[in-house]
Amino acid sequence: MTSQLPALQVVVPLVCAAGCVLLRSAFGAWLLFSVAATASLLTAVALTVQVWDGDVIRYEMGGWPAPAGIELVIDQANVVVLLLLGVIAVIAAAYGRRSIELEVPLRRIRMFYAAMCLLLTGLFGITVTGDAFNLFVFLEISSLSSYALIALGRRRRALLAAFQYLVIGTVGGTFLLIGVGLAFAVTGTLNMADLADRLPAVAGNRAVTGAVVFIFVGLAIKMAVFPLHAWLPGAYSEAPSVVSIVLAAVGTKVAIYAFARFAFTVFGIDVVFTDLPIGEAILVVGSLAMLAGAGVACFQQDFKRLLAWSSIGQVGMIVTGIGLATASGVSAAYLHIINHAVIKGALFAAAGILLIRLGSTSLESMAGLGRRMPLTFGAVVIAGLGLIGVPPTAGFASKWALASALVEDDRWLILIVMLASSLLAMVYVGRIVEVGWFRAPADLDERTAENVDQATAAANPGVVRVREQTSVLMAGPVALLAVASVYFGIDASLPSSLADGAARILTGGGAP
Amino acid sequence: MLAVPLAVVLPLVGVAGVLLCRRRPNPRDAISVAAGVALAAVLVSLWPAVADGARIELWTWLPNITLTLELEPLGLLFATVAGVLWPVTTVYSIGYMRANKERNQTRFYAFFALAIAAAQLIAMSGDLVTMFIGYEMLTLATWPLVAHQGTAEARQGARTYLIILLTTSIGLLLPAIVWTALLAGTTQFATGGVLVGQAGPAVLTLLYAMYLFGIGKVALMPFHRWLPAAMVAPTPVSALLHAVAVVKAGAFAVVKVTIYVFGLDTLAESGGADPMVWVAAFTLLVAGAIAVTRDDLKARLAYSTVSQLAYIALGAALVDPNAVLEGALHIATHAAGKITLFFCAGAIYTAAGLTRVSQLDGLGARMPFTFGAFTIASLSIIGLPPLAGTWDKILLMEGAVNGEWTVMAGVILVGSLLSIAYLLPVSIRAFFLPERAVVGAATDDPSGVPLPRVPIQEAPASCVVPLCLTALACVAMFFFEYELIEPLARVLEGR
Amino acid sequence: MIATHYTYWIIFALMMIGLYAVMSHGNLVKKLIGLNIFQVAVFMFFISLGRVDGGSPPIITEGIEVYSHPLPHVLILTAIVVGVATTSVGVAIAIRIYEAYGTVEEDNALARDAAEEGTQ
Repeated sequence: MTSQLPALQVVVPLVCAAGCVLLRSAFGAWLLFSVAATASLLTAVALTVQVWDGDVIRYEMGGWPAPAGIELVIDQANVVVLLLLGVIAVIAAAYGRRSIELEVPLRRIRMFYAAMCLLLTGLFGITVTGDAFNLFVFLEISSLSSYALIALGRRRRALLAAFQYLVIGTVGGTFLLIGVGLAFAVTGTLNMADLADRLPAVAGNRAVTGAVVFIFVGLAIKMAVFPLHAWLPGAYSEAPSVVSIVLAAVGTKVAIYAFARFAFTVFGIDVVFTDLPIGEAILVVGSLAMLAGAGVACFQQDFKRLLAWSSIGQVGMIVTGIGLATASGVSAAYLHIINHAVIKGALFAAAGILLIRLGSTSLESMAGLGRRMPLTFGAVVIAGLGLIGVPPTAGFASKWALASALVEDDRWLILIVMLASSLLAMVYVGRIVEVGWFRAPADLDERTAENVDQATAAANPGVVRVREQTSVLMAGPVALLAVASVYFGIDASLPSSLADGAARILTGGGAP
Repeated sequence: MLAVPLAVVLPLVGVAGVLLCRRRPNPRDAISVAAGVALAAVLVSLWPAVADGARIELWTWLPNITLTLELEPLGLLFATVAGVLWPVTTVYSIGYMRANKERNQTRFYAFFALAIAAAQLIAMSGDLVTMFIGYEMLTLATWPLVAHQGTAEARQGARTYLIILLTTSIGLLLPAIVWTALLAGTTQFATGGVLVGQAGPAVLTLLYAMYLFGIGKVALMPFHRWLPAAMVAPTPVSALLHAVAVVKAGAFAVVKVTIYVFGLDTLAESGGADPMVWVAAFTLLVAGAIAVTRDDLKARLAYSTVSQLAYIALGAALVDPNAVLEGALHIATHAAGKITLFFCAGAIYTAAGLTRVSQLDGLGARMPFTFGAFTIASLSIIGLPPLAGTWDKILLMEGAVNGEWTVMAGVILVGSLLSIAYLLPVSIRAFFLPERAVVGAATDDPSGVPLPRVPIQEAPASCVVPLCLTALACVAMFFFEYELIEPLARVLEGR
Repeated sequence: MIATHYTYWIIFALMMIGLYAVMSHGNLVKKLIGLNIFQVAVFMFFISLGRVDGGSPPIITEGIEVYSHPLPHVLILTAIVVGVATTSVGVAIAIRIYEAYGTVEEDNALARDAAEEGTQ
């Protein structure tokens, strides 16, 4: 059984997706999704234990030997992402039980969960695969399911956002396909380990250069690196709350992992960062992302859109760490992947609660929230402090790690940019805090106060049935993630040891 | 050595206690005071052991960085100042808040205790990261206190407060700490400094400047604006900010970094601190001059604080052991003096509703204890014997002359003159001028505040007693200063 | 070089046409068409990589020695399926947009959203 774990990581959610479609009940679909999420988390934990000491697990799909067959590779570089995915999936399952009932029409819920299972399949698949084309396929699976999930948002704008994401995302995926194709043309293989072996022999070939660039740009679109970020604000803000949580926490992170895998393991630091100025390019766009993301966030009127722009900035930070191509840089990037997932997960989960209780996610409606919903708002403030990066939050730990990596590499200008983005984060978090604590609670207008029934809600997308109480299933994840963000700030040993392990594998020249 | 972490934990227990008793004012306030007394007791009990020193490792935060707590003379001095003045301020707050019928008292006491916990963490920190964590926690914990009133003015002041402090700490202090960690290979404090031989003079100068400007709580110009802006807070908060926690944390951090990160010898040889001597001198004089022009009593005291903090920064930057010693001592003596002055300002507001110096004529007869304490504290800050501030000035002058900074001796003298100019007029007006006529046309009064009709008396006892106690402390410290600085002097000799 | 690599130039031109259609048209259906053209061009690029001179289709038959490379064909079959799925999802969303907004022109839909926001 344990030897099949890598395959089960991907297969279990896939089978559950089918099950969700076949079952006729919404509750059954939710149950299957929870089973898939829990099983994935347990599998990820088991795999982490197995690779903890630096081992590498190679699994041949269907018994076909590599490099002809598709190989699944688990090492310290991707097991971190697996763990993160598992945790977020379980949280999404718990959170979604109540949240989805109120945001998605009843007859669509089982399809919703089917798509969620497929999303998990895709994300897990990207993470475990050791085959370049297989990565493209799983990327498209996850993307397609996310297009569908975003389109299930309560407002009709969600449809436009989903369509825009579809067009941009497909172009990105196709670029990735071109890049993989170019690499295949030059080496004749698609297996990542095999590519890593054969590519040095053809180094300098312009097709390899083309491959690197296309793969980078294609994945950059998926990572939403500025200036290829246009799809993200709409997608994150219009999607149902659970989808926002999952996408924000892990969606772009998996693409970042995929890029790291290609850059460090397949092509190697020499080709990507030394011969080509990809590293410098990443540092430039990462810095722009940090400033643009935090800057535009300051002007947003909608809470979820603000968080989306903030995510663009935070992804800029992570990508900058990768672009440094040093062990400490990559470690800092991984650390922030973990910490940002926790922080943004908490914030989007809180946004979902606000939607249910207030009927809207606009900043205006949050006036006086500190008094009306002190615990939820407290969690928002704590997580917000993590975005600024003040101790004792997890955000501070990753800021420190990235600052150390930048100073080590003599990147003073980028350090200044990073600190400037922290100060901008102070501005937009400050706005949220001021609205919540220092404004009188607005008289809620009739739209939010009326108790709309399910049928009306189904007929008029955009009207959310307002609840009086926050369900424990929704408040629990928010509290858990907020507490985690402080805990990982005080004791960062677990995330940082995971991050270090990943960095060692990637930059230590560890070929799979 | 359990007492050291206990110093940080006790105020946190206080926070919990306050929150639990939020519906019952009397037990809640009693818990605040009790926690404060317990903390003071713990800290006093640590003094006999301070010469031995102790280092407690907490846990590994990031791979190369361990959080540690350390017991050493400077830290214990600051901790004791904060810890002893906390219960005193709490008693005063109880009187002030109840007399003025302030709202949200639970939030107030809870964040008060949290701020003290952060201050204790800064005091007991054994490495730069722990100190930074405590430093930021202090900013965050005191921000709701500054914004307490909830008015638009309070929000604006709180915004200025937060922006300046966070900008300097994230923009300057954090990179300075990261750079130090890279140069020295460690973030732990060490006697004699960790940067010995690790960096050239140019780097040291830049780094020292980053630290001193980055520690925004020491209010060196131009990053001083938060202090006057924070005056929108209720007076007990100002007392806390200006005497106990925030500014002293900044001053403490400056002295600690000078001694334990840079090392006096390294700085003296490289001249790294020289530019900052000028910055401190400039702040000292300009802030003192501004204080003279301010009619609002709290604003005057705020600028006085900026000026007095510059004394400490000056002492640190002169890098002469006497001067540095003065800086450390000034933490304690200025705390006692300033807290008295603010207590008096609050008592005057509570008893008479007055906030401006020009309104205080002749009130000395009606509020003898208050103005008496004000006078004693003023003299202490000016630096006249037999009051606490005397030794500081002497040490500082000695340090300036020893280090061949004779210009600074002149600066210090001018500073003392300025402090006479902004503090004594208050006492003179109160005791020697006739009281203003109660029936006066509203247009006569420049501030437009209606003159008080009720016969003015002393403020409630719970306000007056603390301020008398702190005034007495100003006197007592004149005689006991040697005990305070002796352990630290020994550390400085060992460099 | 143009003569021997003319296939690649044609493929490249098709890709650019497809991308241009995606970017320049506001009509959602035309965007999808452009996307399809772009994807098909990429598929053809891949398949042409597997072309072996004188090779026959990669199905094992008696007497044939030289086959074209089967791997690209297989990969592109997968990719075609992905492309079909993407187009279906895209068309489905476009239909829903038409139902919700009454138009498949992106500009009109955005204008309607802005108008709705203005009246709120």
